[in-house]
Amino acid sequence: MTGPAAGGVLEVVRAGALTTVQDLGRTGLAHLGVPRAGAVDLPAHRLANRLVGNPAGAATLETTLTGCAVRVRAGRPVSVAVTGAPCPVRIDGRPAPWGTTVRVSDGSVVELDAARAGVRGYLAVAGGVAVEPVLGSRSTDLLSGLGPEPLSEGVRLPIGGERGWAPHPDIVPVPGPPVTELVLPLVLGPRDDWFTPAALRLLGAGAWRVSAASNRVGLRTEGPSLERARGGELPSEGVVTGAVQVPPDGRPVVFLADHPTTGGYPVVGVVPEEALAAAAQAVPGLAVRFVPLRR
Amino acid sequence: MGRRALLVEVESTERAQALHAELLRLREAGELPAVDEIVPAAVTVLVDGVDDPVALAERLRGLEVPEKASSHAASVVLPVRYDGPDLTDVASLWGTTEEDVVALHTGTEFRVAFCGFAPGFGYLTGLPEALRVPRRATPRTAVPPGSVGLAGPYTGVYPRTSPGGWQLIGQTDAVLWDVTREPAALLSPGTRVRFEAVA
Repeated sequence: MTGPAAGGVLEVVRAGALTTVQDLGRTGLAHLGVPRAGAVDLPAHRLANRLVGNPAGAATLETTLTGCAVRVRAGRPVSVAVTGAPCPVRIDGRPAPWGTTVRVSDGSVVELDAARAGVRGYLAVAGGVAVEPVLGSRSTDLLSGLGPEPLSEGVRLPIGGERGWAPHPDIVPVPGPPVTELVLPLVLGPRDDWFTPAALRLLGAGAWRVSAASNRVGLRTEGPSLERARGGELPSEGVVTGAVQVPPDGRPVVFLADHPTTGGYPVVGVVPEEALAAAAQAVPGLAVRFVPLRR
Repeated sequence: MGRRALLVEVESTERAQALHAELLRLREAGELPAVDEIVPAAVTVLVDGVDDPVALAERLRGLEVPEKASSHAASVVLPVRYDGPDLTDVASLWGTTEEDVVALHTGTEFRVAFCGFAPGFGYLTGLPEALRVPRRATPRTAVPPGSVGLAGPYTGVYPRTSPGGWQLIGQTDAVLWDVTREPAALLSPGTRVRFEAVA
């Protein structure tokens, strides 16, 4: 990640709590135990790319709660955009707009301050973050240790030389993070029969809160224990993103981008992909309710 | 499983391997709708990224799967130093000697039933059911890469340093996982594996 790059570099000035390079992730390798990884809030990642004229698969920076700051060294002005968790944006210390395209001069520092709501911010730069792909993706996978290390101060990330189209956004639809309660539709199965009818009713009661132990692997919950209708162990089986796995402590875990590809605890249901962006932005302490849907 | 995936349950690990092999064959032949992932496991095969899982389920219901997975799959020999910290415990669990543990382990033809836990970690089947061993009561916080272990009905090799509760019987220098290599994984579902004792 050193040396000259065709499109210049982003120099990390402040790494923040956890900032990683993310794209759409690795597909087709789950049978080898390789998680998908990729942006946890995919719609926000895609929007950031659209705003700077990148294809959806270009890599962005994903921040966690406290934002990050990078200096642009490209020898030319560069377009950037910030989406995801709403946060103050500053260019060289001066306020700049969030959720739209911003041109910044060479040498400027782009800063995402702490999120006002939500968890994960996305910073896209025209040309994309062009670190070397690993197994077809530039994503950092924290579970497997694939892809670039999380950002640290002083690291220089190459900017891609490839130019997209010039974006002209008029109105940008931005779903906000959940404010008072995270409501997740849940398509029951494949192992809902491992739980008692009372446990399935409990899912809809809004009895859990988002645990501070949540991360890119999963949204963990605190609250009552889902009661099992049958004991014993489940032989290991494949799991999908959005699967709600219930470990022996009975507290549901919603699998996010870095989830393992096989698991040995029963999956009570699956949160459809379109509802996962809200889960990605749910802050610790937020109330969680599942809305069980029969197939 | 959800709206875009199908979890097919079968009666045994052998059947899961055979179904996985057949699904790969169908995909190769262009006779499967576009899917993102085909993930075999102990007694299931997950097909993820399917536009119409219900239609695919219907189709697979009538599928004739050959009795056994084809034996044309890749084959790998792993040289092992049988000096693991749990070799004595495994010998006593099996009611035999350390020499016999080595003889049984090197004398078995294994097959990768499925991968998971970490990239490149294969769950190898082949040992008789009577030789299944429990996991360690307290998992180790760091198992070195190349460690050869046993747990339940499986044997496997740790691709990288990770916490782990398997009973460790030996060590191999083989590189199980290398992202700069093509393919990155030495073992993938279906690969046949033999262990060979080295000094």
